[in-house]
Amino acid sequence: MISLTVNGVAQSVDADPDTPLLYVLRDELGLNGAKFGCGLGQCGACTVLVDDRPAFSCLLPIAALAGRKVRTIEGLGTPDRPGALAAAFEAEQAAQCGYCIAGMIMRAQALLERNNRPTETELRAYLAPNLCRCGTHMRILRAVRRAAAAMGGGVQESSR
Amino acid sequence: MNGLTRRSLLANSGLVVVFASSGAAWAQEPEESANPPGDLDKYPFLDSWIRIDPKGRITVFTGKAELGQGLRTALMQIAADELEVSPASIELIMADTGRTPDEGVTAGSHSMQNSGMAILNAAANVRALLTDAAAWRFASSVDQIELQDGMAYGPGGLRLGYGDLAAGFSLHVMAKPDVPRRSRGRRLIGENVPRVDIPAKVNGGSAYVQDIRAANLLHARVVRGPSDGTQLKSADVDTVAKMPGIEKVVRDGRFMAVLAAKEWHAVKALRRLQAVGWERRDSPLPSADLCDVIRKSPARDIPIFDYPGPPAPADAGIVKARYTRPCLMHGSIGPSCAVALWENGNLIVWTHSQGVSPLRKSLAELVRLPLERVRCIHVEGSGCYGHNGADDVAADAALAARAVPGRPVRMQWMREQEHGWEPLGSAMVVELQGTLGHDGRIVGWRHDVWSNAHNGRPVSAGGLLAGAELEPPFAPQKPQPIPMPEGGGDRNANPIYALPNASGTHHFVERAPLRVSALRSLGAHMNVFAIESFMDEMAHAANADPVDFRLIHLQDSRAREVVETAANRFGWKRRIKGRPGRGHGFGFARYKNLGAYCALAMEVAIEPDSGTIEVLRVVAAVDSGEVVSPDGIRNQIEGAIVQSLSWTQMEAVTFDASHRTSFDWSAYPIVRFPSVPASIEVNVIDRPGEPFLGTGEAGQGPAAAALANAVADAIGHRLRDMPLTSDRIKAALRS
Repeated sequence: MISLTVNGVAQSVDADPDTPLLYVLRDELGLNGAKFGCGLGQCGACTVLVDDRPAFSCLLPIAALAGRKVRTIEGLGTPDRPGALAAAFEAEQAAQCGYCIAGMIMRAQALLERNNRPTETELRAYLAPNLCRCGTHMRILRAVRRAAAAMGGGVQESSR
Repeated sequence: MNGLTRRSLLANSGLVVVFASSGAAWAQEPEESANPPGDLDKYPFLDSWIRIDPKGRITVFTGKAELGQGLRTALMQIAADELEVSPASIELIMADTGRTPDEGVTAGSHSMQNSGMAILNAAANVRALLTDAAAWRFASSVDQIELQDGMAYGPGGLRLGYGDLAAGFSLHVMAKPDVPRRSRGRRLIGENVPRVDIPAKVNGGSAYVQDIRAANLLHARVVRGPSDGTQLKSADVDTVAKMPGIEKVVRDGRFMAVLAAKEWHAVKALRRLQAVGWERRDSPLPSADLCDVIRKSPARDIPIFDYPGPPAPADAGIVKARYTRPCLMHGSIGPSCAVALWENGNLIVWTHSQGVSPLRKSLAELVRLPLERVRCIHVEGSGCYGHNGADDVAADAALAARAVPGRPVRMQWMREQEHGWEPLGSAMVVELQGTLGHDGRIVGWRHDVWSNAHNGRPVSAGGLLAGAELEPPFAPQKPQPIPMPEGGGDRNANPIYALPNASGTHHFVERAPLRVSALRSLGAHMNVFAIESFMDEMAHAANADPVDFRLIHLQDSRAREVVETAANRFGWKRRIKGRPGRGHGFGFARYKNLGAYCALAMEVAIEPDSGTIEVLRVVAAVDSGEVVSPDGIRNQIEGAIVQSLSWTQMEAVTFDASHRTSFDWSAYPIVRFPSVPASIEVNVIDRPGEPFLGTGEAGQGPAAAALANAVADAIGHRLRDMPLTSDRIKAALRS
């Protein structure tokens, strides 16, 4: 059994130590948010926060997580009580297929927790590891800008 | 969202036979009538589309699927509008071969045209029946009846619920095609109703086939070579079968899958099996440029259009150009996935296939079950953008589930399997020749397009990857062109411009070196890229403004309005020309010349040292007929623009003699946030009373062309070969 803390709750899971965190979150803990996209750290669909920094859960073996704090989108809110980013994504209708969105929200959460006044260029650079194939990028950016404002900050225009 | 809790998954499993018998309701022959709108033509009985139970609960049925395009909400909105209830009070059942009409494949921007129009008309019929029933019950005239929120109100405070009223008549009646739509009150159609699927998607709810969980579920991986045309060398199955956690290694001919209670164990077993190496048994992939190969291959020549006109004068100017596109990938972010359950000789598959009915037929043949023992239920997956691995993985899941009766099997492809095996969008070549009269008008036009097939969707077991792996194998499907006016390689090859003395030929190349099928917009991306690039080249030769040049050849008034709206909102006439490294481009098309109109203007900046394109601004205008959801249309067009910019700017499937080498996102890069446009503005033109036209594929062609035209304007050189990479831009700048 391996112990880890997910969304503030201590969990004990029966899984091989080399099992990537993603499979534990999805299959052992029943969390839908983190998605399998590539298993290679190239697309960001699996993004969660580990000690408040974004991490590719598809690459991270659970053996490396003892004593570390894992956060997933389920820890940010629920459909009835959405977190600031989820609420902003709903307000901007910032999804098409939506498969990438939980990863987007987690990466944006990490950014806004550390800096809720990023520039537009910083925002785009920060989100660069996460892919969206539907082309919802403009809305995702609008949603993060809206959430930044809701969290007391705001995304600053970059000079082009 | 999909309601597939553990309990319902298992409860649903008993429904196969029940639905096989009740499903005959819509198989009856329709009587003679005027053509009802959309797919009401195929399923004219109202209860195929709408049912109201005695408690007044309304269920609406569609054979089309939610693919992330917002269809679920739009169809609920249409039905709710006409039935005068809130969208939330409607249950919408989508694409389930046990329950919904067979509306074929959810593709081609047809859902609003076919299903949307059908539901609109069916709902108007149901509303009329409710009104008549209320008038009869209240002994009043129909003019005195008001419907609102599930209640009918009559004179003197009389009221009855829809359930009470509906209990008194049958909805198993033919739709009348000419029932008028509701004419009074506030309309829901045209409002921005928030999409009902988004809350689960942004809060970690259950939203996808990947999220299905069930008791006793087994995780599966299919074992294949690295890409289309390859196979593994003989595998060490006995060792793998003894690996920890492996419940079963399923083998049937060359088909192989590993099943485990824990997903990671299945992945590890897959990796072990793949370690033996692979080989290519098919003929080697061509070493020459794929576009040249297709251009020179034996082809079936299919006339596309032939518009008469006087022959061009002998001294008229002739412009010629050749455009190419490489193979493109759908590139779903989530690899394809399906859940299958084989129980009591019945097969249920939860699938993100775009075509549950053709998939059902193909699967029945593959696993040799009678059709009525197979049920396919659509559950959303990651966006597909055409025929990706969805159908193939459903077959893989079915074969795996057959080996473990009673246990649900969740089969998911790995990233490199999606990249390696998904059917690609065909490489294409377009050659155009235009003749310019002395008055600056086009007096002759010739369009030749070479392409592999754009439809390899399964209609039989031979259309599924696993079909070729079983022993004996199923014969592969023969690639077929799609006839106009829809068209495949020739989609949108017929220009919307009023051109005399114009003709075009589709050179259909059956033999495809790489596996190909439908990629969003099919040949329209390439044909519009070519035509709209060429219109700029002709405008340049005529010394005319590109937008003016389009307008003098454009008679369709809706087309003109879309072009003018995009140009005006962009400030086309006021644009500052000639700034170094800056360029403006325009692109326009009416999708298939039957669907939505989309025009867009774009401004780019080119960084000369790196050749990098920065898209500064995009302004689009779209006419999709009557607007159901303005924001839904904007979302689709924004997505089409960004996706098309990625295709056009940076994407090309690579391969060597033995296999595809675009095996992941490092080998097949797509657009990332720093490279998307600084701004995109979409202007939606509403056409109340006009048919819905569908939007999902209207923007790809115009966006590609606008980019090419803006780049040409910025660097003074025309790039005619996709992708318009920074290397090609640097080479052009050096020349």
